[in-house]
Amino acid sequence: MTAKLALLLAGVFVVGSAVGAGAPAPASGSISGKVTYTGTPPKMKPIDMAKEPSCAKQHTTPVMTENVATGPDSALQYVVVFISAGDTAAAAPSEVVRYDQKGCQYLPHVLPMQVGQVLQIFNDDQTSHNIHPLAKVNPEWNKSQPAGSAPINTGYDKPEFIPVKCNIHPWMHGYFVVLSTSHYAVTGQDGGFSLKGLPAGKYTVTAWQEQYGTQTQDVTVGAGETKGVNFVFKALPY
Amino acid sequence: MTRKPIVVALTLGLAVLFSADSRTGFAQDSHVGDLTGTAASGKQLYRRYCIGCHGPQGDGNGENAQWIDPKPRDFTAATFKCRSTPTGTLPTDEDLDHAITRGFVTTNMPSWNPLTPQQRADLVAYIKGFSPRWTAEKPSAPINIPPETAVTLPSILHGRELFQKMECWKCHGPAGHGDGPSASTLTDSKDNPIRPYNFSTGSRFKCGETNRDLYRIFMTGVDGTPMPSFADVIQPNDAWDLVHFLRTLQGLHTQEASMWKDYAAKHGPEIKPIGPTAAGGQ
Repeated sequence: MTAKLALLLAGVFVVGSAVGAGAPAPASGSISGKVTYTGTPPKMKPIDMAKEPSCAKQHTTPVMTENVATGPDSALQYVVVFISAGDTAAAAPSEVVRYDQKGCQYLPHVLPMQVGQVLQIFNDDQTSHNIHPLAKVNPEWNKSQPAGSAPINTGYDKPEFIPVKCNIHPWMHGYFVVLSTSHYAVTGQDGGFSLKGLPAGKYTVTAWQEQYGTQTQDVTVGAGETKGVNFVFKALPY
Repeated sequence: MTRKPIVVALTLGLAVLFSADSRTGFAQDSHVGDLTGTAASGKQLYRRYCIGCHGPQGDGNGENAQWIDPKPRDFTAATFKCRSTPTGTLPTDEDLDHAITRGFVTTNMPSWNPLTPQQRADLVAYIKGFSPRWTAEKPSAPINIPPETAVTLPSILHGRELFQKMECWKCHGPAGHGDGPSASTLTDSKDNPIRPYNFSTGSRFKCGETNRDLYRIFMTGVDGTPMPSFADVIQPNDAWDLVHFLRTLQGLHTQEASMWKDYAAKHGPEIKPIGPTAAGGQ
């Protein structure tokens, strides 16, 4: 009796997997490209951490401000590129996004996450930080996180670009970028980005830079197609 | 005889006029103790007493606002300094009622104690109409404040250690004079400069004057300002120790102050200074 059942189940399993392998997987497309600037971006300034020796000694060269971070060939770093229209709403992934306060800096400087995703904030320093995300659409809170205290588990319910600051160390500056899409990327030093796993369709792609705001482009992606999209921000020296 | 219908029609017309209100959550009530406040009554009072500073839209841009520092509260943001609820959550109706009744010491917001409790409850109901947060969210439960522990010297000394360890001095200064290393850089959520509380002035706190109020202030944080919540990082008994120490900074004749004075007179040289050079600071 049990052997028969096992056989039957095995048969179903084999048939099931055969069907799975036989059906063509929907070919997913992607959008990739580069974010650059024209004009003269402001010079990033060295940060004086003398008031916080425990942080200052973690850096051999001075930490620079990051509001307009650039790379070689006019590349623009820390630009969030995401699908702002045409995407189906995605459930929040179970992966936790991690945010670190280390050497009196926010790592990463710009942290994208999805609505409803768990955000875990760590203090890796030997000093107290107060983490103060200046949300307007979402609730604004402000919590002290002394050295050695447990990570703060939180998250956001609504899409928003949220500046984050530490009032104790005024040079600390970062952004939470809360998105309703699961397709997003942050540009690296080369300004490159890639949005993968897109079903064929019409999309609006938005690029957001903390100082220069947003730019959008409409893109139609065919099945399995890779579309190239570039963004150029006009940089002002102030 | 013929006049009556006209009066009725006029009254009806007025009623329609005053109920035509496009703000979200207009129908919202407030509950303060046994009283139920209504936004419709609150609106008249708001226009009489509050509009000059807080503005017709409740955004803190009334005609007097430009002359005022700190700026009047922007009710559209629904971020409130004095709450019994955790940081980032809405205050309770009672919290708002207390704020209106008490006023905000060292600001332009007077105490509205001369109004009746019913009038204040009506104002609370009206103020809640300025932000959609009041219809989308509910205030969370007030934080739990356990009974105060005894004021003892060990309690004060431990509170002093916490003042060092939690780095209160970074803003409030080693002696609580509001002159810590970060003090001059502080801004509120609207980028206006803001000063940390200077304990040596001995003035009332913005959010009340009792030890319980003081406990609540640092456990809930003062939302919209640099003052964070310490609820996750200070245990309840430790929090009372910190309260007892903070009272020694105020230059008032309190039990805590005289205990500390006696101790300091006998043990002055042994007392480790608070600040960056002290152990535990760096």
